[in-house]
Amino acid sequence: MRYLPKSPSERQEMLAAIGVKSIEELFSSIPEPYRLKKPLNLPGPLSETEVIQYFQARAAENSAGYTSFLGAGVYNHLRSVVTDTILQRGEFLTSYTPYQAEISQGTLQAIFEFQTLMCQLTGQEVANASMYDGSTATTEAVLMAERLTGRRRVLVARSLHPEYREVLRTYAKNSGLKIEEISYTAMGTLDLNAVKAALREDVCAVVVQSPNFFGAIENLGPLADAAHGSGALLVVAVAEALSLGIVKPPAEADIVAMEAQSFGLAPSYGGPFAGVVATREKFVRQMPGRLAGQTADQDGRRGFVLTLATREQHIRREKATSNICTNQALCALAATVHLTLLGKEGLREMAEQNLAKAQFALEELEKIPGVRRTFSAPFFNEFTVELPRSVKLVNAELLREKIVGPFVVGSVYPELTKRALVCVTETTTRAEIERFVAGVRHALAQPL
Amino acid sequence: MNSRIKKASRHTNQNAGLIFEKSSPGKRAFDLPPLDVPAVDPAKVLGGAHRRSGVEGFPEVSEIEVLRHFTRLSTWNYAIDLGMYPLGSCTMKYNPRVNEYVARLAGLATEHPYQPQELSQGCLKILSLLEKCLLEITGMDAITLQPAAGAQGELTGLLLIRAYHEKNGNPRKKVLIPDSAHGTNPATAVIAGYEVENIKSNAHGQVNLATLREQVNEDVAALMLTNPSTLGIFEQQIPEIAEILHRKGALLYMDGANMNALAGVTRPGELGVDVMHLNLHKTFSTPHGGGGPGAGPVAMKKALGPFLPVPVLVEKADGKFALDCHRKESIGRVKAFSGNFGVLVRALAYILAYGPGVRQATEDAVLNANYIRKHLEGTFDLPYTRPSMHEVVFSDALQKKNGVNTMDIAKRLIDYGFHPYTTAFPLIVPGALMIEPTESEDKEECDLFIDAMKSIAQEAAANPELVRTAPHTTRIRRLDEVGAARKPILRWKPAASRSEAAD
Repeated sequence: MRYLPKSPSERQEMLAAIGVKSIEELFSSIPEPYRLKKPLNLPGPLSETEVIQYFQARAAENSAGYTSFLGAGVYNHLRSVVTDTILQRGEFLTSYTPYQAEISQGTLQAIFEFQTLMCQLTGQEVANASMYDGSTATTEAVLMAERLTGRRRVLVARSLHPEYREVLRTYAKNSGLKIEEISYTAMGTLDLNAVKAALREDVCAVVVQSPNFFGAIENLGPLADAAHGSGALLVVAVAEALSLGIVKPPAEADIVAMEAQSFGLAPSYGGPFAGVVATREKFVRQMPGRLAGQTADQDGRRGFVLTLATREQHIRREKATSNICTNQALCALAATVHLTLLGKEGLREMAEQNLAKAQFALEELEKIPGVRRTFSAPFFNEFTVELPRSVKLVNAELLREKIVGPFVVGSVYPELTKRALVCVTETTTRAEIERFVAGVRHALAQPL
Repeated sequence: MNSRIKKASRHTNQNAGLIFEKSSPGKRAFDLPPLDVPAVDPAKVLGGAHRRSGVEGFPEVSEIEVLRHFTRLSTWNYAIDLGMYPLGSCTMKYNPRVNEYVARLAGLATEHPYQPQELSQGCLKILSLLEKCLLEITGMDAITLQPAAGAQGELTGLLLIRAYHEKNGNPRKKVLIPDSAHGTNPATAVIAGYEVENIKSNAHGQVNLATLREQVNEDVAALMLTNPSTLGIFEQQIPEIAEILHRKGALLYMDGANMNALAGVTRPGELGVDVMHLNLHKTFSTPHGGGGPGAGPVAMKKALGPFLPVPVLVEKADGKFALDCHRKESIGRVKAFSGNFGVLVRALAYILAYGPGVRQATEDAVLNANYIRKHLEGTFDLPYTRPSMHEVVFSDALQKKNGVNTMDIAKRLIDYGFHPYTTAFPLIVPGALMIEPTESEDKEECDLFIDAMKSIAQEAAANPELVRTAPHTTRIRRLDEVGAARKPILRWKPAASRSEAAD
């Protein structure tokens, strides 16, 4: 086997040195009846060439050749080959969690830079080294708010990503948290009056996503005031982090839970991505996840270590702030390299292109009779439109044109049938947008 | 000293400040294609209140500077690619590069989780084949690939157990956890709504059956057992443990962190385990990447299948695959979308490369651990003498007499060109040296490691100060961790950086 570095004679030599006759002897502590008598029934062994061929064949069974207008929490953005070049350096790829700081300074400094970038983007004071994804970051943010306030009710925007809400429900079920969903207005934003009416002394957090699942940008100031007025915290989830290149950061939030997939990470059928929790300095000791901090060695040289570990499971066990151990470090590194490449100007320009393309797509769609924008709030690169017939039917027609149509909003919001969530990024060309709009027009013209 | 160090020699690596300190307005490292639709005025489209003019403090550098910056940083890291990484319980094995290649293929890396399932059959087939392989390796009946890491796998497993008990009328109150367990076990049990009750290991580091019999009652939901234990010892009484639990209606959860000792040799499903997680970033070689991403699939017996997290991968009558979200008894979702798909691709590539030969990897891992144990026994104290599986745990008892502890020895190993072993764990061995070589080390690397450890033991006796102040060859010396925690500096700030930039 090509991954195993021992010859048969070396194995014999090592067995002899140990003082056993056969490898079986080393497994004698497994009771005999439970030792496998025959080889596992697994496909392979495959050569490297065959491994590649297998996966190429599977890749060919997917959506190659299609243009997609899907977003809804996973976004296709440009990625520089430089990012992947750095990511594939063995020193980053094949190293462990940087517990041994003296030989992990590369990872530790990169995490410190990641934390800094995340603070700059979110307008928060501290950010952690990553969570699994946006959904678990949001959940951990709520659990953090519960610890900070000692309260048990959570007001969650119905416009928070449906899968984020599902994950929150799974985690909350056994912690005594009571989740209440708050609806949205005709603008597509969280209903502030409903929030105010539901806020009482027992609410730990108001949770809102911006831009929200419908693409609408939330007005965070009044929400923060309302939450703080009754002693609750404002948790802001960000699923499309690129929006922060051009949209005001959620600085009013007490905790920000972000999905950083848009920064250099491929859609990859849903993962691996990188979640982030960012917050105010005064809340840092209730924060989940790893943190890198700056310090100095005995000669006064600057260096970085994992710090405030007394919050974590390997020290605090059942009293830890979270059970998270392995996080998404390499994905966070991808985001760090990607954002460094983009820089201040590149980030702004990329965000502006998304804004312009989404505006163009909406204007073109609105030229089709019966197609109307659903919500009036400003949006970034995603918006909801109403079609005169079922989105599923339209998408079926678009598939024939090799177009993966927009997300079917009615599939998770029964009250929003015939609504499509259209996503356009800088990767979508004008020609593709025009072909999509023509496809929608054509689909709507088909006899039912 | 230098003549004794056979593996490592000193080399110079270059300094680099923080990327923010290199920034100068007007530089950029990435150009976008020109905008092909009419430009818009952001202030007008977004409204003045929402508009941001730019991110304050963001770096402005060129492409070569970015590449050099991160390349220099990378040279400050140790890695499997440089040599043995004997971190016990972490299974730092070779990360095959073909796995990286296939995970990046167009048609896999490019796929959106919400695209129509008829356009995702390739992805779903990969998931299905991985499920089948992992079920064969574990001897279980059902599996979910959704959890993002081991700790999330543990939570999923305990939620399954809770759902199972709830269906039988009582979720129960407690989870039993041996004192040798990893810290994630108790932290997870609490999130699942359980009280943690510790169980003490016996003198051999095994579960004490008599005590266990007394502790297991109708309040106990499950026992979380790591097997082999964190001492690297196989829990021989596992069938009896399962029986004691099952008699009271409790379940046996197995932490599969140490599956690298068992794959192809024995199957947890046949040992009486009801639910277990696997760490694909350990046993199945997906790269650890400086802390993640991982994947923590959870395999289970049939009785727990109805509670699987959604979506569940199903094969339809026509041979097509689909994701089923409508499962009445499901515990719900633990993560958005379809798990860490890119990690799952790598794990399947690893399994396909080995096929049934995965047993040979297990054998070599156990061979290496025992070879190292044999050569270091006597030089270091071995507190538990039962046969070792894939890792061996010594203590620093002999070196402590000279004022040298496990962390000192670990730091000195760095000077010898190795990554340290695990030091802080397991808690039942004070001053532990937890060594897991994995199957990826050749005989010569094992011999060099043994030489290094023996040499350090000599140094600890003859010149303890040399060991206590190690490492001596790294870019930076031991860092002030207490200061870091007392006055945390967790981000760069423009004003504060000026005085520090001088170093």
